[in-house]
Amino acid sequence: MGSMYALVRNECIKMIKKKRFYVILLILLALIPMFTYAQLRVAQQAQKQFGTTDWKTDQRQKIADWEKRLSSARTPDEWKQQLRVRIQIANYYLDKGVDPSSPNAVTFTREFVKNAVGLFIPLIIMVISADIVSSEHSTGTIKLLLTRPVRRWKILLSKLITVVFFTSLTVLSTGALCYLISGVVFGYNGWTMPVFTGIQLAGSDVDFSLVRAVDQWFFLLMELGLVWFSAIVVALMSLMLSVLIRSTAAGMGVMLAVLISGTILSNMVSSWETAKYLFMVNLDLTNYLTGGVPPIQGMDLTFSLSVLSLWAIAALIVSFTVFTRKDILN
Amino acid sequence: MTTAVESPRATVLSVNNIKKRIKNKEIIKGISFEVYAGEIFGFLGPNGSGKTTTIRMLVDLIRPTEGTIQICGFDVHAQHDQAMRHVGCIVENPELYAYLTGWENLEHFASMLPDVDEQRIAEVVEIVAMDARIHDKVRTYSLGMRQRLGIAQALLGRPSLLILDEPTNGLDPQGIKEMREFIQRLAADGLSLFVSSHLLSEIQQMCDRVAIISHGEVIQVGSVDELVAQGGQVVWSLAPADQAEKLLAASRWVTALERIDDSHIAADGAYLQAQMNQEHVPQVTKDLIDAGIRLYAVEIKNPTLEDLFLSLTEGERIG
Repeated sequence: MGSMYALVRNECIKMIKKKRFYVILLILLALIPMFTYAQLRVAQQAQKQFGTTDWKTDQRQKIADWEKRLSSARTPDEWKQQLRVRIQIANYYLDKGVDPSSPNAVTFTREFVKNAVGLFIPLIIMVISADIVSSEHSTGTIKLLLTRPVRRWKILLSKLITVVFFTSLTVLSTGALCYLISGVVFGYNGWTMPVFTGIQLAGSDVDFSLVRAVDQWFFLLMELGLVWFSAIVVALMSLMLSVLIRSTAAGMGVMLAVLISGTILSNMVSSWETAKYLFMVNLDLTNYLTGGVPPIQGMDLTFSLSVLSLWAIAALIVSFTVFTRKDILN
Repeated sequence: MTTAVESPRATVLSVNNIKKRIKNKEIIKGISFEVYAGEIFGFLGPNGSGKTTTIRMLVDLIRPTEGTIQICGFDVHAQHDQAMRHVGCIVENPELYAYLTGWENLEHFASMLPDVDEQRIAEVVEIVAMDARIHDKVRTYSLGMRQRLGIAQALLGRPSLLILDEPTNGLDPQGIKEMREFIQRLAADGLSLFVSSHLLSEIQQMCDRVAIISHGEVIQVGSVDELVAQGGQVVWSLAPADQAEKLLAASRWVTALERIDDSHIAADGAYLQAQMNQEHVPQVTKDLIDAGIRLYAVEIKNPTLEDLFLSLTEGERIG
């Protein structure tokens, strides 16, 4: 596959010369310090409020708050269920004497990645993948690409490999930059801090029978793996839209709408059960690691991974079928 | 393949009864022609006649609904790779990556071709005389330079056939002249060229043979000189006008007769303009003189594309 290597190298050169990846790095470099600062302020505020640096007091205070909310008649039932779960988990951490959010670079990275998987990472992935085919249309260079002695599926495959490569690089750089930047403030330790995983939900009850404590570095690795997976699915969906929609702006708009609708739906569709088959409500994979309540009943890690895989395969089939057959008219 | 008998030269491009239907509308209604080795083949038609659609089909950007296209004997769709190895093309504008330099663009396309090395890139840069600016970003190039870089790109793979869509479009007179000379030089080196245009004068100055397309059909394929002779216009300045007009109208060679009275020639004088094959002009002129008509001048005018269409389709207007 010597020619495939040359094709992928071409795509990578274009990606770099278009300064797309550069923009992403800049976005990360600008935003991560902001989040770090925000996190720092939260820590300082908590300290001021409770007059203590003891995380246990902090945690007990939080649990008391949640319990107060739980007893309020105005809290909706779904929230109550979530609160009950949260309280049980917080108590579990308290019993084991482990601070779930002790401030260090690894914890910050873990938290950041967890919060970014639903919208932030999909958005920046979209920036690199949404125009990989449609930009060739808008500049007209698609006509040159497709009149080379290279089959169309090979051209698309080279673009796919490039997108997967840069998606992986983006996930990796997000993790690395998070650690490096937040470490300046929080210190670079925390790799071996225990984190509890395997917390299972059975209705509103929490099952701790399968819980294991893993080192935080291992947990972070699992988290990044899941983030990578959902990022790849987003990249493949963007690639498909890029093939289907000739205008880059329109393609990005559609993807943006879909992603945002995913976060909105996650907050309100608990009673519309079939919505769980939509790919955008399944992106928040890391949620399952720490026993978060899924947006819709009946979703678990295996379910979400299967749904995402099916969407990804469908996107690939559509992309390759359309790309190899369509007439280049403009 | 039947017309190959007419020429001893090898057939580089063979188009066999291609049709294209888009959304139930037949855009191309069965086009056939052949391009032989070493010739400049013109593809002439007004805008919207199906020129670009046809060119896109030649290079497998659009798949014909019916019919076959072969380049150097390879089917452009079924044997895409082999066929494309023999062809270089610019479809419409010379579109390249504006954020790369000229050289990077050439490297990009060279890596998609078998055995094109850095030395070949340098060679084509020299052929199109782009040495001075080749390492600048394409964004900074003028249209003429982009056009030349586009041709350099098309020549990279040492093709047997070069397809150029409206190569002089948007160029200034100097640029047009250079482009024409450049195309003729390439043909002299043995390359076959397929050049489309909507301007007859351009085709006339460059091409050996031409296919004329209108409403998705080829209405004539032949040598350029023959076509021009056939659709030529003749203008007689003469008197008396009435008698001459009657005489010319009766002639079987004369079509589309027009009369413009002009008393500057003589009191009863006029310009009579007609469309006819050039070879009959002496005979018709002799008939006029024999009939006692005073002839002041005879002038043969080169036809415009519109005139050619008129003579070929006998009155059916363009568009």
